[in-house]
Amino acid sequence: MTANGLLQIALFLALLLALVKPLGAYMAHVYEGRVRFLAPVERLFYRLMGVNPAAPMSWKTYAAAMLLFNLLGLFVVYALQRAQALLPLNPQQLGAVGPELAWNTAVSFATNTNWQSYSGEVTLSAFTQMLGLTVQNFVSAASGMAVLIALVRGLRGRQTSDLGNFWTDLTRGVLYILLPLSLVLALALVSQGVVQTFAPAARVPLLQPVTGANGAALTEQVLPLGPAASQIAIKQLGTNGGGYFNVNSAHPFENPTPLSNLLEVLAILAIATALCYTFGRMIGDTRQGWAVLAAMTIIFVPLVLVTFAAEQAGTPMLTALGVAPGGGNMEGKEVRIGIASSALWAAATTAASNGSVNSMHDSFTPIGGMVPMWLIQLGEVIYGGVGSGLYGMLVFAIIAVFVAGLMVGRTPEYLGKKIEAFEIKMASLVILIPPVLVLLGTAVAVLVPEGLSSILTTRSPAAHGFSEVLYAFSSAGNNNGSAFAGLNANTPFYNIALGIVMLFGRFGLAVPVLAIAGSMAAKKVTPAGAGTLPTHTPLFIVMLVSVVVIVGALTFIPALALGPVVEALIP
Amino acid sequence: MEAVWAGFAGPYRFHNSEVEMKTMIRAAVMSLLCMTLITGVIYPLVVTGIAQVIFPAQANGSLITQSGAPVGSALIGQAFDDPKYFWGRLSATGPVPYTAFNPDTLTGSSGSNLGPFSPALKAAALTRLEALRNADPGNAAPVPVDLITASASGLDPQISPEAAAYQVARVARARGLNSSQVAELVRQYTEGRTLGLLGEPRVNVLRLNLALDGLR
Repeated sequence: MTANGLLQIALFLALLLALVKPLGAYMAHVYEGRVRFLAPVERLFYRLMGVNPAAPMSWKTYAAAMLLFNLLGLFVVYALQRAQALLPLNPQQLGAVGPELAWNTAVSFATNTNWQSYSGEVTLSAFTQMLGLTVQNFVSAASGMAVLIALVRGLRGRQTSDLGNFWTDLTRGVLYILLPLSLVLALALVSQGVVQTFAPAARVPLLQPVTGANGAALTEQVLPLGPAASQIAIKQLGTNGGGYFNVNSAHPFENPTPLSNLLEVLAILAIATALCYTFGRMIGDTRQGWAVLAAMTIIFVPLVLVTFAAEQAGTPMLTALGVAPGGGNMEGKEVRIGIASSALWAAATTAASNGSVNSMHDSFTPIGGMVPMWLIQLGEVIYGGVGSGLYGMLVFAIIAVFVAGLMVGRTPEYLGKKIEAFEIKMASLVILIPPVLVLLGTAVAVLVPEGLSSILTTRSPAAHGFSEVLYAFSSAGNNNGSAFAGLNANTPFYNIALGIVMLFGRFGLAVPVLAIAGSMAAKKVTPAGAGTLPTHTPLFIVMLVSVVVIVGALTFIPALALGPVVEALIP
Repeated sequence: MEAVWAGFAGPYRFHNSEVEMKTMIRAAVMSLLCMTLITGVIYPLVVTGIAQVIFPAQANGSLITQSGAPVGSALIGQAFDDPKYFWGRLSATGPVPYTAFNPDTLTGSSGSNLGPFSPALKAAALTRLEALRNADPGNAAPVPVDLITASASGLDPQISPEAAAYQVARVARARGLNSSQVAELVRQYTEGRTLGLLGEPRVNVLRLNLALDGLR
């Protein structure tokens, strides 16, 4: 590790933590209905939607509204892709997207995953990207945040069934949080060189003509342009991760400078971390939010450093060729970004369920690549996706107090509410569904020829091929979206299978979380007694960290042993 | 198992299910329309409008122009293998290196995505190593790693200052220039870390090569 690299990481953490309180407090104001600068727009929307923004919803109504809205979005994105050849804003005349790929992409964006089997610049028109993908980037993120806010209302509620109103939370999340932040970030990114235009591709001469595939001299380079900055801003802020171009934020038009890189990586985690403060603020005890944030950070920082150290050390294969020492593993990395910022991004994008990349995770060293994979497998709760990360972590908090309760033989409580059988059953579903999807999916894929044939064995030794499949299902099952992209995932098998996994990985968790919210809201608050485990202390933080790490380690060590661990030990 | 589901209390029931369902469908459809309008149409148009006014050069691809005509983009690298030019990163794009977009093959930006022990990765590195040595047989310096590895995008416009320094003698010889003259040009085109802290020091290969051609 280099001193400058450590300094870059330290600066990132300092800026990130400095944003938590102001942004978190602002978001609490938004969801409490105290931010009204777009009130006329809001009122117009509610009138068109035919809803009363103050109407309370039970958890079942809230869940039904959220599901209905997201499934409708899924259908629209599918239809837009299938019809894009007939629609405007398609200067490169790209054809209709095939059904399996369109299904995969539609699920991917509706579930906030943004797994991309396609390569953006050559598959989707600007029309599809804007009206389909950009819209889903906003609303899938706002849906995740809404579910979190409903859970928070459930945790603080007293014998009520009211979790708030989904339509109101959705609208406010978009209008007051995601849209203003995206606008500012998009313009900052354009200032650095991220493209934003509706012009067709630019053509420039090549200084040194090259020999083309057919032997003729090629004298021209075609530069794809498009409204990229507007999509990149929200793909980062909403922890979506779906890039405008194939290589995502490694593309110089998507992430041109070290400054754009810093802004983008901050945007990945900014809302997810700040929501911890929002949570504390809304339940009237900010210490609870800081405790959860501390637990996340305690897991995050060492893992960043492990990846950084592994990538800086380089690979034995290249070192053996006699390269200059100290350069690190530069395969799949960009010079302007370098080792430290690539490692930091890899950890941040997988800690959050973002999945955008500024380097190719598939070319990381075995240990350097195992860390991002394991961060995904922890359930996307180390900061996690906007909303979904914190609601996942709060479920782990419930499990932590339950485990503590078992140890001392007392009924567990969280935030003054008794944790009973129903909550634990729902929490178990939330914790078990993703590993089941990931491990079963991986097992099926490596057993059937349709799954195996996508591993390009000429390019990847066996253990690495297994890692690629495991990463793919981990990414889909936890709604991350990044990939070990050497796997040829654009096949009917992977498009259909990963689509199913993404769908259940998202809504199979959101619904039980809302069920917990509904059940907690209905409970009485019991005053804290001498035997109550306080949930804002270092002791509790240690318990929470232990539960997350132990569950994540026990579940995935056998699978990881077959992939990256084997690769590290027996190259 | 029943107990797990008891809390869901059977199928979803509305007080007046038909009316509520209709209300909810209308809300879903109209909210998606409203959101599409504001986030899918107004938002990108506003960003484009402002960007085209205040950052027109950046918003349109950061093109480098010479006497009014574009000669490349400052952000997108080009392929070089002539000894008189500085060479950039390896590029895994198809069908040829540094393809940013090919309308016929529908290919664009791409990394190699080869694993750390992939034989193909080693072969690519060895091919480059051999080309570097053949072009400059007397150069015994160790090769900087960025010269024998493929970038993430396949379009990386830059190399490290070390990778440029490695090539100075070769380029000078091929052009009949003084090494110190070329080294001075490299120094001019070396960008440091932003604020002395962010990213890595780097040299833009296309800009440097354009400047070399301009020396005559």
